[in-house]
This record gives sequence, structure tokens and C-alpha cells, in this order.
Amino acid sequence: MTPQPLLSVTDLVVQYRRPGAPPTRAVAGVSLDVHPGEVVGLVGESGCGKSTLARAVCGLTPAAAGGITFDGARVEPLRVRRRDPNLTRIQMVFQDPYGSLNPRRRVGAQIADGIRTAAQRGEATADDRAEHFLTQVGLPATAAERYPHEFSGGQRQRIAIARALAARPRLLVGDEPISALDASTQSQVATLMRALALESGAGLLFISHDLSVVRLIADRIAVMYLGRIVETGRTAEVWDNPRHPYTQALLAAIPRPDGAGRLPAELPGDVPDPAAPPSGCRFHPRCPRAFDGCDREEPQLTADGVACRLYAA
Amino acid sequence: MNAVDTDNVLTIRDLTVDLSSAAGRTRILHGVDIALQPGRIHGLAGESGSGKTMTGLAALGLLPHGARTGGEIRLGDTDLLALTPRRLNAVRGHELSMVFQDPSSSLHPMLSIGHQLTDHLRHHLRLDRRAARVRAADLLAQVRIPNPQEALGRYPHQFSGGMRQRIAIAIALACEPKVLIADEPTTALDVTVQAGVLRLLRRLCDDLDLAVLLVTHDLGVMSAIADEVSVMREGRVVETGARAQVLTDPQHAYTRTLLDALPGASTGTGSQATGSTP
Repeated sequence: MTPQPLLSVTDLVVQYRRPGAPPTRAVAGVSLDVHPGEVVGLVGESGCGKSTLARAVCGLTPAAAGGITFDGARVEPLRVRRRDPNLTRIQMVFQDPYGSLNPRRRVGAQIADGIRTAAQRGEATADDRAEHFLTQVGLPATAAERYPHEFSGGQRQRIAIARALAARPRLLVGDEPISALDASTQSQVATLMRALALESGAGLLFISHDLSVVRLIADRIAVMYLGRIVETGRTAEVWDNPRHPYTQALLAAIPRPDGAGRLPAELPGDVPDPAAPPSGCRFHPRCPRAFDGCDREEPQLTADGVACRLYAA
Repeated sequence: MNAVDTDNVLTIRDLTVDLSSAAGRTRILHGVDIALQPGRIHGLAGESGSGKTMTGLAALGLLPHGARTGGEIRLGDTDLLALTPRRLNAVRGHELSMVFQDPSSSLHPMLSIGHQLTDHLRHHLRLDRRAARVRAADLLAQVRIPNPQEALGRYPHQFSGGMRQRIAIAIALACEPKVLIADEPTTALDVTVQAGVLRLLRRLCDDLDLAVLLVTHDLGVMSAIADEVSVMREGRVVETGARAQVLTDPQHAYTRTLLDALPGASTGTGSQATGSTP
């Protein structure tokens, strides 16, 4: 692993303003690195801020505090101007391939946009043709002549991936790129994203609520709860030996298709309103292992990757 | 196969559905057989387009306009396919009830929870306003909504997704139905919330002796609460059996590919189920 991360997020805070109410801190102080050739899986449930983090990384949402650097340069939020060519080396694959592709343009033309982006940076090569990227994602070259509606959800997501890859990204960000797909194609599209990102030497930040898929492709996992990372570590370690009570609850809630008829463990209570997070540890009102002081002291993420007072040194 | 025929509350036999479009008629269900027993959850699995939702909708008489059905769907002694719309309306929501995937679109956003629950009770059971309200609060308590009395006066947007699905289940159970058809009831929910709703469905099925048809693409969900499992592909049931048998020792090759495609399947890599659904 190179000492210099490709993407470095430091103490990032992202807020959404609402009229007549205090701003909602969707991301409340998150630090995260992605190295070249590394797949980082960011998991968490709805409303935990994982999509907001992804948007901030791509410059789509401004940071209120903290910073994001990509390849040594600061990521500035996108304004009305064109994206800084340097930042087009970050490419995003969105959740809904029905919404992210233009229904009125041929697939080939949309992938050509990505190639043109790479060409503007002087990084496109002679064999960069739409057909090349389509075959890379497992679609026939003839798909270039067709329109998005002629494809299934899984195929459309492959087209979106081909378009992102055509821009020769060094960092690929996938925001729930598989959750709109059929269960039987999910793991295939996820493994494809991993393979293609690594093949081109890029890093991949893969955001999903589905731990079992993230486990399949990520080198490292970060678990988010209510705007903060509560646990991070090597994928196998987090999966086999989760330490934070929230990670434990998340894993225990996954129903396993083993035919045993075992009811998954329930995590009582709802995710609190991020506009008014609980005092102390954000998880303490739902935590089965909370003890005296959890409602007052906010645990910080330790060097070995867990933010919980049970593991305080 | 299934238990003794007479135990069945709902029997779907040789069900066919044809949809008409500009291109002519297309057969989308090719002779589906499913039997539901009281106190049992029958899981119906398959990929999108396999016909699992259509099977549920056919049982409810909610097929798209112009659909033509064949075979029979028997609720007790009544063939639902032969009923007039008016008679079917009396059965549906009363003896036969449903829960859909998205609780935010199945609840009316501008009516209070109490209004939506009592409407139903007053229409089908002819309860007066006061009795309906008492029963409504009981129902909310049964699905574990905190402070049921107070919840009756609130609106759907004031509840989380998991709570909304619990409310939708309460409405479905209002008239003590014999059969509940649940179409992807936990697909829109987070996994920790899903766990709670699955536990609730299992408990209600056991306590109320309810027969449940659980339509889901998630074999994990299936494994957690179903007693029997049927797997559909291209409008046909390719395999039916006890949960443990279908999930651990599938007899049909397609069931096996579905299981192998799951992350963390025995192969460890996940592969795709062969072929696409036309």
C-alpha cells in the first residue's frame, strides 16, 4: 500500500440547511482514506450520511468544515462552472440506472462523453472507443447504437459503469450502484466494478447498505451511523469479529439463506433525527451494551478503528 | 408435497394469466399451483419478471385491465376467479388481505392513521365509531406501535419506514383475514428494521393462525420465516418444498443457480443466474 492516499477525507462536516430549523449535520466529522488500487466499502442504513459523503467527495455538495483532498489537491465544490479537469478523474456511478442515463441519446454517444472528458486531460488512447468499454463491462459492441430503454436494469448499470470508466478515472465512487438490481445480478455487477477499477489502477469507494455484497468486494469496510464512522477495518476482520455494538447488530440482522428458519436479530428503536442527534455516543439510546457515561462522552474513532467506550484504552 | 388438501385455506390450481397488449395476447402465468395452510408462511421466490407478483395480484383480483385468467383460486368453497367484482370486494380486505412493498405509497398521506384504520373496520365489520377506535388502538398495539392511542391521531409522514410498514400490516389485519398476501414487505426497509418486521409477521402468523403468501426475491428473508417455498421462473413454479429442503438441497437446477448467485454462496464469488428473464 502506498503511503500517499489517493483520496483523503479529514474531519468532514456536511450540513443541510432547512428553513426555520437548525442545520442538519448529515456528515458529522468523518475521516476516511482510499488508496490507489484499494476498494473501500462504506456501509450504513438509510439516513446515516453515506450518500452525502459520496456527493461531497465528488464535489456535488459543499463541506461545512474539514477537507477533502484528491491526489494532493483540494476538492472544491462544483459551481455553475465546468468541473475542474483534474477532478474529472473522480467518476461516480449512481444508484438508479434509469435516472442516470439520458433516455434520448444513444448509449455510444453517452460513453463518448466520458472518452471526451479523458481526452481533455490528454489521457484518452487511440483504442478508446465506446465499443471497447462496452465489451469491458460484458455488453456487445452493438449496444452503442441502441438506446437505454432497450436494456434491463443490470445492463443499464453496466452502461453507466462503462461511461464512468471511459473518463479514465483514478477514483470510482459507487453510490448504492447495485441496490436497484435483481438479487441474482447484484454480486456480479459489484465484482465487475471491483475488477475494472483495480485493472485500471483506480481506487473504488463503494457505498451500500448491503453488508453481504460489500464483504464480497471490499478490502476495507467503514461502518457509518448517524453521520459518523463507528468502525473501520479489514473486511474479513470486521465481518468475522465486529467490535462496535452497531456493527454487531447490523451483521446479526442479515437473514442467511441457510434454510434453518432462524429469525434475524432485531435492533430495537429507530435511527434518531440527524438534526437532533443524541448526546454522547450517537448509538447509546439503541445500544444493548451501553453503560454509565455513554450518554455523556462521545467516543472518538481509535487508531485500531472503533469508536466505542467499551474499547477505550 | 402439500399437506392434506382439505387443510388448505387458499388453493391456487392451474392458474393461467394472459395479458393483452398492442402486440396481442401474452401468457405470463402458465399453470401455477400453490396451496396455503393456516398458521403457515408460503414463500414465493423468483427474479423480477418471473410472475411471482402476478400470482399474488391474481389471488387478490387486482390484475391489470384486460387480463384473462384460467384455472381456479379457491378460498374455502369460493372460487375467487368466478366472483363478480362486487362480491370480490366483500372478500378482499376482509377474508383476504394484502401488504405491499412500499408503505409510503400504500398509506394515504393526508389521512390520519386512525382514519385509515377505522374506515376499514367500519366498512367491513360495520363497527360504530367508538368500537372501531378501540379496535384500531388494539391493532396498533399488536404490531408494536408505541403509544397506540396517540398514534391514531398522527399521519404517515410522522412515522419511520419500518413503523409505516407495521401500520400497513395492522390495516391488513383489521378484519381478521384468513389469508395475507405480502408482496416484498421488507424490501424497502433497512436490514435492522427488516428483522423486526419479519419477527412480527412470523408471530402474527402463529398467533392468529393466518395463512401467508410471502412474495420475495430475497432468499435470506425466505429462509428466516417461510415454512414452504415455491420458486418461480418464467411464469411457472419450478420447485415447491419445505424451506430447509429447497434452500439446502434444491431439486431444480434454477433454484441452485439462484442460491449460487448470492454473495457468500458456497463458491464464495457469486455468479449470475443463467439467462435473462424475457
